[in-house]
Amino acid sequence: MAIGNRGWALWLSALLAIAGGSLAAIGWSQDSAQDPVAEYRAMMGDDNPAVFAEDRGKELWNTAQAGGKTLAATCDLGLGVGKTRGAYAALPRYFKDTGKVQDLEARVVTCLSRLGADTATLVGKRFGDGSESELESLTAYLVEQSRGVPMAVALSHPQERKAYDLGKAIFYYRAGTHDFSCATCHSQAGKRIRLQMLPDLATPEGARAAYTTWPAYRISQGEVRTMEWRLADCFRQQRLPELEYGSPAAVALTMFLAKSADGGVLAAPGLKR
Amino acid sequence: MTVDRRKFLGLTGGGGVLALCAGTGLLPRLAAALTSPLAAGDTRKPFEASTLDAVIKAFGGAASQASGDIDLRAPEIAENGAVVPIEITSKLPGTKLIAIVSEKNPHALSAAFHIPEGTEAWISTRVKIAETSNVVALVQTDKGFFHAERLVKVTLGGCGG
Amino acid sequence: MADPMKIRAALNGDVVEVKALMAHPMETGLRKGSDGKLVPAHYIETVKVACNGREVLSADWGPAVSKNPFLALRFKGGKAGDKVSITWTDSAGESRTDEVAIG
Repeated sequence: MAIGNRGWALWLSALLAIAGGSLAAIGWSQDSAQDPVAEYRAMMGDDNPAVFAEDRGKELWNTAQAGGKTLAATCDLGLGVGKTRGAYAALPRYFKDTGKVQDLEARVVTCLSRLGADTATLVGKRFGDGSESELESLTAYLVEQSRGVPMAVALSHPQERKAYDLGKAIFYYRAGTHDFSCATCHSQAGKRIRLQMLPDLATPEGARAAYTTWPAYRISQGEVRTMEWRLADCFRQQRLPELEYGSPAAVALTMFLAKSADGGVLAAPGLKR
Repeated sequence: MTVDRRKFLGLTGGGGVLALCAGTGLLPRLAAALTSPLAAGDTRKPFEASTLDAVIKAFGGAASQASGDIDLRAPEIAENGAVVPIEITSKLPGTKLIAIVSEKNPHALSAAFHIPEGTEAWISTRVKIAETSNVVALVQTDKGFFHAERLVKVTLGGCGG
Repeated sequence: MADPMKIRAALNGDVVEVKALMAHPMETGLRKGSDGKLVPAHYIETVKVACNGREVLSADWGPAVSKNPFLALRFKGGKAGDKVSITWTDSAGESRTDEVAIG
Protein backbone atom coordinates (compact mmCIF):
# COMPACT_ATOMS: atom_id res chain seq x y z
CA MET A 1 0.00 0.00 0.00
CA ALA A 2 2.74 2.40 0.97
CA ILE A 3 4.52 1.86 -2.36
CA GLY A 4 1.25 2.28 -4.21
CA ASN A 5 0.60 5.59 -2.51
CA ARG A 6 4.07 6.77 -3.37
CA GLY A 7 3.49 5.72 -6.96
CA TRP A 8 0.29 7.72 -7.09
CA ALA A 9 1.98 10.70 -5.58
CA LEU A 10 4.74 10.53 -8.19
CA TRP A 11 2.23 10.12 -11.00
CA LEU A 12 0.18 13.01 -9.68
CA SER A 13 3.15 15.31 -9.32
CA ALA A 14 4.31 14.39 -12.83
CA LEU A 15 0.83 15.16 -14.15
CA LEU A 16 0.77 18.46 -12.32
CA ALA A 17 4.18 19.32 -13.69
CA ILE A 18 2.98 18.60 -17.24
CA ALA A 19 -0.21 20.59 -16.69
CA GLY A 20 1.74 23.40 -15.12
CA GLY A 21 4.19 23.39 -17.97
CA SER A 22 1.53 23.50 -20.65
CA LEU A 23 -0.38 26.20 -18.81
CA ALA A 24 2.77 28.27 -18.64
CA ALA A 25 3.35 27.66 -22.35
CA ILE A 26 -0.17 28.86 -23.18
CA GLY A 27 0.35 31.92 -21.04
CA TRP A 28 3.60 32.66 -22.78
CA SER A 29 2.27 32.45 -26.34
CA GLN A 30 -0.86 34.43 -25.50
CA ASP A 31 1.23 37.17 -23.99
CA SER A 32 3.53 37.43 -26.96
CA ALA A 33 0.52 37.52 -29.31
CA GLN A 34 -0.88 40.39 -27.27
CA ASP A 35 2.43 42.07 -26.67
CA PRO A 36 1.58 45.67 -27.52
CA VAL A 37 5.14 46.59 -28.36
CA ALA A 38 5.84 43.58 -30.61
CA GLU A 39 5.25 45.69 -33.75
CA TYR A 40 7.69 48.31 -32.49
CA ARG A 41 10.37 45.73 -31.84
CA ALA A 42 9.83 44.04 -35.20
CA MET A 43 10.27 47.39 -36.98
CA MET A 44 13.55 48.00 -35.18
CA GLY A 45 14.98 45.04 -37.09
CA ASP A 46 18.58 44.06 -36.59
CA ASP A 47 20.21 47.43 -37.20
CA ASN A 48 21.65 47.85 -33.73
CA PRO A 49 23.87 50.82 -32.82
CA ALA A 50 25.64 48.46 -30.37
CA VAL A 51 27.88 47.71 -33.34
CA PHE A 52 29.77 50.95 -32.66
CA ALA A 53 30.50 49.84 -29.09
CA GLU A 54 31.67 46.46 -30.39
CA ASP A 55 34.13 48.20 -32.72
CA ARG A 56 35.45 50.44 -29.96
CA GLY A 57 35.82 47.41 -27.69
CA LYS A 58 37.74 45.50 -30.34
CA GLU A 59 40.10 48.43 -30.69
CA LEU A 60 40.61 48.61 -26.91
CA TRP A 61 41.24 44.86 -26.79
CA ASN A 62 44.07 45.33 -29.29
CA THR A 63 45.45 48.61 -27.89
CA ALA A 64 48.59 48.59 -25.77
CA GLN A 65 47.91 49.53 -22.15
CA ALA A 66 50.18 51.52 -19.80
CA GLY A 67 52.67 48.63 -19.61
CA GLY A 68 52.95 48.37 -23.39
CA LYS A 69 51.01 45.12 -23.71
CA THR A 70 47.54 44.48 -25.11
CA LEU A 71 44.65 42.54 -23.60
CA ALA A 72 44.67 40.39 -26.73
CA ALA A 73 48.20 39.25 -25.93
CA THR A 74 47.72 38.68 -22.21
CA CYS A 75 44.11 38.16 -21.16
CA ASP A 76 42.72 34.66 -20.58
CA LEU A 77 38.93 34.62 -20.48
CA GLY A 78 38.91 30.90 -19.69
CA LEU A 79 39.72 29.36 -23.07
CA GLY A 80 43.34 30.47 -23.22
CA VAL A 81 45.17 33.76 -23.69
CA GLY A 82 43.58 35.95 -26.33
CA LYS A 83 40.84 33.42 -27.14
CA THR A 84 37.61 35.38 -27.44
CA ARG A 85 35.31 33.23 -29.59
CA GLY A 86 32.79 31.45 -27.35
CA ALA A 87 34.51 32.53 -24.11
CA TYR A 88 31.51 34.51 -22.83
CA ALA A 89 29.16 31.51 -23.21
CA ALA A 90 31.12 29.65 -20.51
CA LEU A 91 31.27 32.55 -18.03
CA PRO A 92 31.17 33.03 -15.09
CA ARG A 93 33.80 30.41 -14.26
CA TYR A 94 36.45 29.69 -11.65
CA PHE A 95 39.91 31.10 -12.44
CA LYS A 96 42.86 29.43 -10.79
CA ASP A 97 45.08 32.52 -11.00
CA THR A 98 42.71 34.68 -8.98
CA GLY A 99 41.17 31.87 -6.95
CA LYS A 100 37.77 33.37 -7.69
CA VAL A 101 34.69 32.80 -9.75
CA GLN A 102 34.55 35.73 -12.20
CA ASP A 103 32.10 36.94 -14.76
CA LEU A 104 33.22 38.65 -17.97
CA GLU A 105 33.32 42.12 -16.48
CA ALA A 106 35.23 41.09 -13.34
CA ARG A 107 37.70 39.14 -15.49
CA VAL A 108 38.34 42.07 -17.83
CA VAL A 109 39.06 44.28 -14.81
CA THR A 110 41.58 41.71 -13.54
CA CYS A 111 43.28 41.57 -16.96
CA LEU A 112 43.40 45.37 -17.21
CA SER A 113 44.85 45.77 -13.72
CA ARG A 114 47.70 43.38 -14.62
CA LEU A 115 48.57 45.66 -17.53
CA GLY A 116 48.88 48.63 -15.22
CA ALA A 117 45.56 50.23 -16.14
CA ASP A 118 43.98 52.49 -13.55
CA THR A 119 41.16 50.09 -12.80
CA ALA A 120 39.83 52.14 -9.87
CA THR A 121 38.98 54.91 -12.31
CA LEU A 122 37.70 52.41 -14.86
CA VAL A 123 35.40 50.74 -12.37
CA GLY A 124 34.39 54.17 -11.06
CA LYS A 125 32.92 55.03 -14.43
CA ARG A 126 31.76 51.49 -15.11
CA PHE A 127 28.39 52.71 -16.26
CA GLY A 128 29.21 55.58 -18.57
CA ASP A 129 27.35 58.76 -17.81
CA GLY A 130 26.06 59.97 -21.13
CA SER A 131 28.91 58.28 -22.89
CA GLU A 132 30.03 54.71 -22.92
CA SER A 133 32.78 53.54 -20.54
CA GLU A 134 35.73 51.40 -21.67
CA LEU A 135 34.34 48.44 -19.75
CA GLU A 136 31.07 48.71 -21.61
CA SER A 137 32.84 48.82 -25.00
CA LEU A 138 35.06 45.85 -24.13
CA THR A 139 32.06 43.91 -22.85
CA ALA A 140 30.11 44.64 -26.04
CA TYR A 141 32.97 43.31 -28.17
CA LEU A 142 33.67 40.22 -26.10
CA VAL A 143 29.99 39.29 -25.83
CA GLU A 144 29.58 39.69 -29.59
CA GLN A 145 32.37 37.14 -29.96
CA SER A 146 29.95 34.53 -28.60
CA ARG A 147 27.01 35.42 -30.84
CA GLY A 148 25.34 32.20 -31.96
CA VAL A 149 27.05 30.12 -29.27
CA PRO A 150 24.80 28.25 -26.78
CA MET A 151 25.23 29.10 -23.11
CA ALA A 152 27.24 26.38 -21.36
CA VAL A 153 28.36 27.22 -17.84
CA ALA A 154 30.03 24.20 -16.29
CA LEU A 155 29.50 24.31 -12.49
CA SER A 156 32.25 21.69 -12.26
CA HIS A 157 34.39 23.48 -9.66
CA PRO A 158 33.03 23.59 -6.09
CA GLN A 159 33.47 27.38 -6.10
CA GLU A 160 31.26 27.60 -9.18
CA ARG A 161 28.58 25.52 -7.49
CA LYS A 162 28.88 27.75 -4.43
CA ALA A 163 28.47 30.88 -6.50
CA TYR A 164 25.41 29.40 -8.19
CA ASP A 165 23.81 28.53 -4.86
CA LEU A 166 24.55 31.97 -3.47
CA GLY A 167 23.13 33.60 -6.60
CA LYS A 168 19.96 31.54 -6.32
CA ALA A 169 19.60 32.50 -2.67
CA ILE A 170 19.98 36.18 -3.55
CA PHE A 171 17.39 35.82 -6.32
CA TYR A 172 14.78 34.64 -3.83
CA TYR A 173 15.91 36.76 -0.85
CA ARG A 174 13.33 39.33 0.18
CA ALA A 175 14.66 42.52 1.69
CA GLY A 176 14.56 46.29 1.68
CA THR A 177 11.78 48.75 2.47
CA HIS A 178 9.53 47.11 -0.14
CA ASP A 179 10.27 43.55 1.01
CA PHE A 180 11.12 42.68 -2.61
CA SER A 181 13.21 39.91 -4.05
CA CYS A 182 14.24 39.49 -7.67
CA ALA A 183 11.66 36.70 -7.75
CA THR A 184 8.85 39.09 -6.75
CA CYS A 185 8.86 40.47 -10.30
CA HIS A 186 10.66 37.73 -12.18
CA SER A 187 9.23 34.34 -11.24
CA GLN A 188 5.76 34.33 -12.78
CA ALA A 189 4.61 34.06 -16.37
CA GLY A 190 2.72 36.98 -17.87
CA LYS A 191 3.77 39.62 -15.36
CA ARG A 192 4.42 43.08 -16.60
CA ILE A 193 5.18 46.62 -15.52
CA ARG A 194 3.19 49.09 -17.61
CA LEU A 195 3.58 47.69 -21.14
CA GLN A 196 6.79 45.84 -20.46
CA MET A 197 6.59 42.08 -20.16
CA LEU A 198 8.80 40.92 -17.31
CA PRO A 199 10.92 37.88 -18.05
CA ASP A 200 10.13 34.88 -15.86
CA LEU A 201 13.70 34.09 -14.87
CA ALA A 202 12.66 31.04 -12.85
CA THR A 203 11.96 29.10 -16.08
CA PRO A 204 14.65 28.05 -18.57
CA GLU A 205 12.74 29.74 -21.44
CA GLY A 206 12.46 33.04 -19.60
CA ALA A 207 16.06 32.96 -18.37
CA ARG A 208 17.34 32.14 -21.87
CA ALA A 209 15.30 34.90 -23.52
CA ALA A 210 16.61 37.48 -21.06
CA TYR A 211 20.19 36.35 -20.54
CA THR A 212 21.03 35.80 -24.21
CA THR A 213 19.98 39.34 -25.16
CA TRP A 214 22.01 41.16 -22.49
CA PRO A 215 24.25 43.21 -22.64
CA ALA A 216 22.12 45.45 -24.82
CA TYR A 217 21.94 48.82 -26.51
CA ARG A 218 19.58 50.63 -24.18
CA ILE A 219 17.44 52.98 -26.27
CA SER A 220 16.47 55.14 -23.30
CA GLN A 221 20.16 55.82 -22.63
CA GLY A 222 21.54 55.54 -26.14
CA GLU A 223 24.38 53.32 -24.89
CA VAL A 224 25.30 49.69 -24.48
CA ARG A 225 24.64 48.54 -20.93
CA THR A 226 26.07 45.38 -19.39
CA MET A 227 24.48 42.54 -17.43
CA GLU A 228 25.94 43.89 -14.18
CA TRP A 229 24.40 47.26 -14.97
CA ARG A 230 21.02 45.57 -15.42
CA LEU A 231 21.36 43.74 -12.10
CA ALA A 232 22.53 46.86 -10.26
CA ASP A 233 19.51 48.76 -11.57
CA CYS A 234 17.17 46.00 -10.34
CA PHE A 235 18.79 46.28 -6.92
CA ARG A 236 18.27 50.05 -6.96
CA GLN A 237 14.60 49.62 -7.76
CA GLN A 238 14.23 47.05 -5.01
CA ARG A 239 15.73 49.63 -2.64
CA LEU A 240 18.49 47.19 -1.75
CA PRO A 241 22.03 48.31 -0.93
CA GLU A 242 24.05 49.16 -4.02
CA LEU A 243 25.24 46.07 -5.87
CA GLU A 244 29.00 46.51 -6.03
CA TYR A 245 30.56 46.09 -9.42
CA GLY A 246 32.40 42.78 -9.75
CA SER A 247 31.51 41.82 -6.17
CA PRO A 248 30.91 38.17 -5.17
CA ALA A 249 27.18 38.97 -4.96
CA ALA A 250 27.07 40.43 -8.49
CA VAL A 251 29.04 37.50 -9.90
CA ALA A 252 26.92 34.94 -7.99
CA LEU A 253 23.65 36.39 -9.29
CA THR A 254 25.11 36.42 -12.80
CA MET A 255 26.16 32.80 -12.32
CA PHE A 256 22.65 31.77 -11.27
CA LEU A 257 21.11 33.47 -14.32
CA ALA A 258 23.81 32.20 -16.71
CA LYS A 259 23.28 28.62 -15.57
CA SER A 260 19.49 29.03 -15.72
CA ALA A 261 19.92 30.11 -19.36
CA ASP A 262 21.89 26.92 -20.18
CA GLY A 263 21.52 26.02 -23.86
CA GLY A 264 20.12 29.41 -24.85
CA VAL A 265 21.84 30.72 -27.97
CA LEU A 266 23.56 34.04 -27.38
CA ALA A 267 22.21 36.94 -29.44
CA ALA A 268 23.85 39.80 -27.59
CA PRO A 269 24.44 42.68 -27.58
CA GLY A 270 20.68 43.03 -27.95
CA LEU A 271 18.47 46.04 -28.52
CA LYS A 272 16.19 47.10 -25.66
CA ARG A 273 13.72 49.89 -25.02
CA MET B 1 -31.72 71.41 -29.69
CA THR B 2 -32.93 71.43 -33.28
CA VAL B 3 -31.34 74.84 -33.81
CA ASP B 4 -28.02 73.55 -32.51
CA ARG B 5 -28.25 70.59 -34.77
CA ARG B 6 -28.99 72.79 -37.76
CA LYS B 7 -26.10 75.06 -36.88
CA PHE B 8 -23.86 72.05 -36.72
CA LEU B 9 -25.04 70.80 -40.10
CA GLY B 10 -24.60 74.27 -41.56
CA LEU B 11 -21.03 74.39 -40.33
CA THR B 12 -20.25 71.06 -41.86
CA GLY B 13 -21.59 72.26 -45.20
CA GLY B 14 -19.53 75.43 -44.90
CA GLY B 15 -16.47 73.38 -44.18
CA GLY B 16 -16.98 71.51 -47.39
CA VAL B 17 -17.18 74.74 -49.36
CA LEU B 18 -14.06 76.05 -47.64
CA ALA B 19 -12.20 72.91 -48.53
CA LEU B 20 -13.18 73.42 -52.17
CA CYS B 21 -11.93 77.02 -52.06
CA ALA B 22 -8.67 75.88 -50.61
CA GLY B 23 -8.40 73.36 -53.40
CA THR B 24 -8.72 75.96 -56.13
CA GLY B 25 -6.68 78.55 -54.25
CA LEU B 26 -3.80 76.16 -54.23
CA LEU B 27 -3.09 76.45 -57.93
CA PRO B 28 -1.44 79.90 -58.20
CA ARG B 29 0.77 79.22 -55.18
CA LEU B 30 1.70 75.85 -56.54
CA ALA B 31 2.91 77.51 -59.74
CA ALA B 32 5.02 79.85 -57.63
CA ALA B 33 6.49 76.94 -55.73
CA LEU B 34 7.42 75.20 -58.94
CA THR B 35 9.27 78.19 -60.37
CA SER B 36 11.16 79.04 -57.17
CA PRO B 37 12.73 75.99 -55.54
CA LEU B 38 14.10 76.40 -52.04
CA ALA B 39 17.34 78.36 -52.14
CA ALA B 40 20.36 76.59 -50.65
CA GLY B 41 20.54 78.95 -47.67
CA ASP B 42 16.90 78.29 -46.84
CA THR B 43 17.14 74.58 -46.15
CA ARG B 44 17.13 75.22 -42.38
CA LYS B 45 14.02 77.45 -42.52
CA PRO B 46 11.47 74.62 -42.43
CA PHE B 47 13.02 73.41 -39.16
CA GLU B 48 11.96 76.65 -37.45
CA ALA B 49 8.28 75.89 -38.06
CA SER B 50 6.12 74.62 -35.22
CA THR B 51 3.09 73.45 -37.21
CA LEU B 52 2.52 71.34 -40.31
CA ASP B 53 1.08 74.36 -42.13
CA ALA B 54 4.17 76.41 -41.33
CA VAL B 55 6.41 73.58 -42.53
CA ILE B 56 4.54 73.43 -45.84
CA LYS B 57 4.79 77.20 -46.14
CA ALA B 58 8.53 77.10 -45.49
CA PHE B 59 8.85 74.57 -48.31
CA GLY B 60 7.07 77.07 -50.57
CA GLY B 61 3.64 75.43 -50.52
CA ALA B 62 0.25 76.56 -49.29
CA ALA B 63 -1.70 73.51 -48.22
CA SER B 64 -1.57 69.79 -48.42
CA GLN B 65 -4.14 67.11 -49.21
CA ALA B 66 -4.54 63.80 -47.44
CA SER B 67 -3.53 61.00 -49.79
CA GLY B 68 -4.11 57.27 -49.76
CA ASP B 69 -1.08 56.85 -52.01
CA ILE B 70 1.31 57.54 -49.16
CA ASP B 71 2.05 54.56 -46.97
CA LEU B 72 3.31 55.59 -43.54
CA ARG B 73 4.54 52.72 -41.42
CA ALA B 74 5.09 53.46 -37.76
CA PRO B 75 4.42 51.37 -34.68
CA GLU B 76 1.07 52.01 -32.99
CA ILE B 77 2.85 51.97 -29.65
CA ALA B 78 6.46 53.02 -29.30
CA GLU B 79 8.25 51.47 -26.34
CA ASN B 80 10.46 54.53 -26.21
CA GLY B 81 9.89 57.90 -27.86
CA ALA B 82 13.64 58.41 -28.30
CA VAL B 83 13.73 55.92 -31.14
CA VAL B 84 10.62 55.46 -33.28
CA PRO B 85 11.08 53.58 -36.56
CA ILE B 86 9.35 55.26 -39.49
CA GLU B 87 9.00 53.92 -43.03
CA ILE B 88 7.39 55.99 -45.77
CA THR B 89 6.48 54.91 -49.30
CA SER B 90 4.96 57.37 -51.76
CA LYS B 91 3.14 55.98 -54.79
CA LEU B 92 2.46 59.51 -56.01
CA PRO B 93 4.12 60.12 -59.39
CA GLY B 94 6.88 62.72 -59.40
CA THR B 95 7.61 62.53 -55.66
CA LYS B 96 10.58 64.80 -55.02
CA LEU B 97 10.41 65.37 -51.28
CA ILE B 98 9.45 63.18 -48.33
CA ALA B 99 9.35 64.82 -44.90
CA ILE B 100 8.54 63.59 -41.40
CA VAL B 101 6.53 66.01 -39.25
CA SER B 102 5.56 65.71 -35.56
CA GLU B 103 3.59 68.74 -34.44
CA LYS B 104 4.08 68.08 -30.72
CA ASN B 105 7.86 68.12 -31.02
CA PRO B 106 9.74 71.38 -30.24
CA HIS B 107 10.43 71.61 -33.99
CA ALA B 108 7.62 70.19 -36.11
CA LEU B 109 9.90 69.03 -38.92
CA SER B 110 12.08 66.05 -38.05
CA ALA B 111 13.70 65.31 -41.39
CA ALA B 112 13.34 66.09 -45.10
CA PHE B 113 14.54 63.78 -47.87
CA HIS B 114 15.05 65.05 -51.40
CA ILE B 115 14.43 62.28 -53.90
CA PRO B 116 16.14 62.62 -57.27
CA GLU B 117 15.09 60.77 -60.45
CA GLY B 118 16.01 57.09 -60.21
CA THR B 119 15.68 56.90 -56.43
CA GLU B 120 12.58 55.19 -55.08
CA ALA B 121 10.11 57.31 -53.13
CA TRP B 122 10.81 55.18 -50.06
CA ILE B 123 12.60 56.04 -46.88
CA SER B 124 13.24 54.26 -43.60
CA THR B 125 14.67 55.99 -40.55
CA ARG B 126 14.19 56.48 -36.79
CA VAL B 127 13.04 59.67 -35.09
CA LYS B 128 12.32 61.08 -31.64
CA ILE B 129 8.70 61.71 -30.74
CA ALA B 130 8.16 63.86 -27.65
CA GLU B 131 4.70 62.58 -26.77
CA THR B 132 1.75 60.61 -28.10
CA SER B 133 0.79 62.37 -31.33
CA ASN B 134 0.09 62.05 -35.03
CA VAL B 135 3.17 61.57 -37.12
CA VAL B 136 2.76 63.07 -40.57
CA ALA B 137 4.42 61.90 -43.77
CA LEU B 138 4.53 64.97 -46.00
CA VAL B 139 5.20 64.45 -49.70
CA GLN B 140 5.84 67.03 -52.39
CA THR B 141 5.26 66.15 -56.03
CA ASP B 142 4.99 68.26 -59.19
CA LYS B 143 1.32 68.64 -58.26
CA GLY B 144 1.82 70.05 -54.77
CA PHE B 145 1.86 68.73 -51.22
CA PHE B 146 0.19 65.59 -49.91
CA HIS B 147 0.24 63.85 -46.59
CA ALA B 148 -0.68 60.79 -44.58
CA GLU B 149 -0.72 60.55 -40.81
CA ARG B 150 -0.67 57.92 -38.13
CA LEU B 151 -1.12 58.10 -34.38
CA VAL B 152 1.92 56.89 -32.46
CA LYS B 153 1.43 56.31 -28.76
CA VAL B 154 4.60 56.91 -26.81
CA THR B 155 5.02 54.92 -23.62
CA LEU B 156 7.77 54.20 -21.21
CA GLY B 157 7.81 50.47 -20.72
CA GLY B 158 9.11 48.69 -17.68
CA CYS B 159 10.88 50.26 -14.79
CA GLY B 160 13.61 52.83 -14.46
CA GLY B 161 16.45 52.97 -16.93
CA MET C 1 36.52 62.20 -34.75
CA ALA C 2 33.31 60.34 -35.16
CA ASP C 3 33.30 56.58 -35.60
CA PRO C 4 32.97 55.23 -39.15
CA MET C 5 29.48 54.63 -40.45
CA LYS C 6 28.16 51.13 -40.92
CA ILE C 7 26.92 50.95 -44.50
CA ARG C 8 25.43 48.00 -46.35
CA ALA C 9 24.46 48.21 -50.02
CA ALA C 10 22.78 45.19 -51.60
CA LEU C 11 21.55 44.69 -55.15
CA ASN C 12 18.06 43.14 -55.43
CA GLY C 13 17.14 42.85 -59.09
CA ASP C 14 17.71 46.34 -60.48
CA VAL C 15 17.27 48.08 -57.12
CA VAL C 16 20.08 48.87 -54.71
CA GLU C 17 19.03 48.98 -51.06
CA VAL C 18 21.33 50.96 -48.80
CA LYS C 19 21.18 50.74 -45.01
CA ALA C 20 23.35 52.94 -42.86
CA LEU C 21 23.98 53.47 -39.17
CA MET C 22 25.84 56.64 -38.18
CA ALA C 23 27.53 57.20 -34.82
CA HIS C 24 26.34 60.61 -33.65
CA PRO C 25 24.93 61.97 -30.34
CA MET C 26 22.15 63.98 -32.06
CA GLU C 27 21.87 66.29 -29.04
CA THR C 28 18.73 68.41 -29.13
CA GLY C 29 20.05 71.18 -26.89
CA LEU C 30 17.07 70.56 -24.59
CA ARG C 31 18.52 67.75 -22.51
CA LYS C 32 20.23 68.31 -19.17
CA GLY C 33 23.45 66.46 -18.39
CA SER C 34 24.39 64.98 -15.01
CA ASP C 35 25.75 68.40 -13.98
CA GLY C 36 22.25 69.89 -14.38
CA LYS C 37 23.31 72.05 -17.30
CA LEU C 38 21.82 71.89 -20.76
CA VAL C 39 23.87 69.80 -23.16
CA PRO C 40 24.46 72.00 -26.23
CA ALA C 41 22.67 71.09 -29.45
CA HIS C 42 24.82 68.97 -31.75
CA TYR C 43 23.19 67.12 -34.60
CA ILE C 44 23.62 66.08 -38.21
CA GLU C 45 22.12 68.70 -40.52
CA THR C 46 22.73 67.26 -43.97
CA VAL C 47 23.26 63.81 -45.39
CA LYS C 48 24.23 63.13 -48.98
CA VAL C 49 24.26 59.71 -50.57
CA ALA C 50 25.98 59.12 -53.91
CA CYS C 51 26.58 56.15 -56.18
CA ASN C 52 29.81 56.46 -58.20
CA GLY C 53 29.57 60.21 -57.68
CA ARG C 54 25.92 60.51 -58.77
CA GLU C 55 23.71 61.88 -55.98
CA VAL C 56 20.94 59.41 -55.11
CA LEU C 57 19.60 61.13 -51.98
CA SER C 58 20.08 64.32 -50.05
CA ALA C 59 18.51 64.91 -46.67
CA ASP C 60 18.12 67.79 -44.24
CA TRP C 61 17.80 66.71 -40.63
CA GLY C 62 16.83 68.39 -37.41
CA PRO C 63 17.64 67.27 -33.86
CA ALA C 64 14.58 64.96 -33.82
CA VAL C 65 16.38 62.26 -35.75
CA SER C 66 17.33 59.62 -33.18
CA LYS C 67 20.79 59.29 -31.66
CA ASN C 68 23.08 57.05 -33.75
CA PRO C 69 20.86 57.65 -36.80
CA PHE C 70 19.58 54.91 -39.07
CA LEU C 71 18.81 55.57 -42.73
CA ALA C 72 17.69 53.27 -45.53
CA LEU C 73 17.01 54.11 -49.17
CA ARG C 74 16.52 52.34 -52.50
CA PHE C 75 17.69 53.49 -55.91
CA LYS C 76 18.02 52.20 -59.44
CA GLY C 77 20.98 52.31 -61.82
CA GLY C 78 23.61 50.80 -59.54
CA LYS C 79 25.49 47.58 -60.22
CA ALA C 80 27.64 45.23 -58.16
CA GLY C 81 30.97 46.81 -57.33
CA ASP C 82 29.75 50.40 -57.67
CA LYS C 83 30.75 52.63 -54.75
CA VAL C 84 28.03 54.02 -52.51
CA SER C 85 29.28 56.91 -50.41
CA ILE C 86 27.53 58.74 -47.61
CA THR C 87 28.56 62.12 -46.22
CA TRP C 88 27.09 63.82 -43.20
CA THR C 89 27.75 67.33 -41.93
CA ASP C 90 26.63 68.38 -38.48
CA SER C 91 25.67 71.58 -36.69
CA ALA C 92 29.23 71.92 -35.32
CA GLY C 93 30.63 71.88 -38.85
CA GLU C 94 32.10 68.41 -38.48
CA SER C 95 31.77 66.05 -41.37
CA ARG C 96 32.41 62.42 -42.22
CA THR C 97 32.33 60.38 -45.41
CA ASP C 98 32.32 56.60 -45.69
CA GLU C 99 31.81 54.34 -48.66
CA VAL C 100 31.07 50.75 -49.46
CA ALA C 101 30.93 48.67 -52.64
CA ILE C 102 27.54 47.33 -53.73
CA GLY C 103 27.47 43.62 -52.90
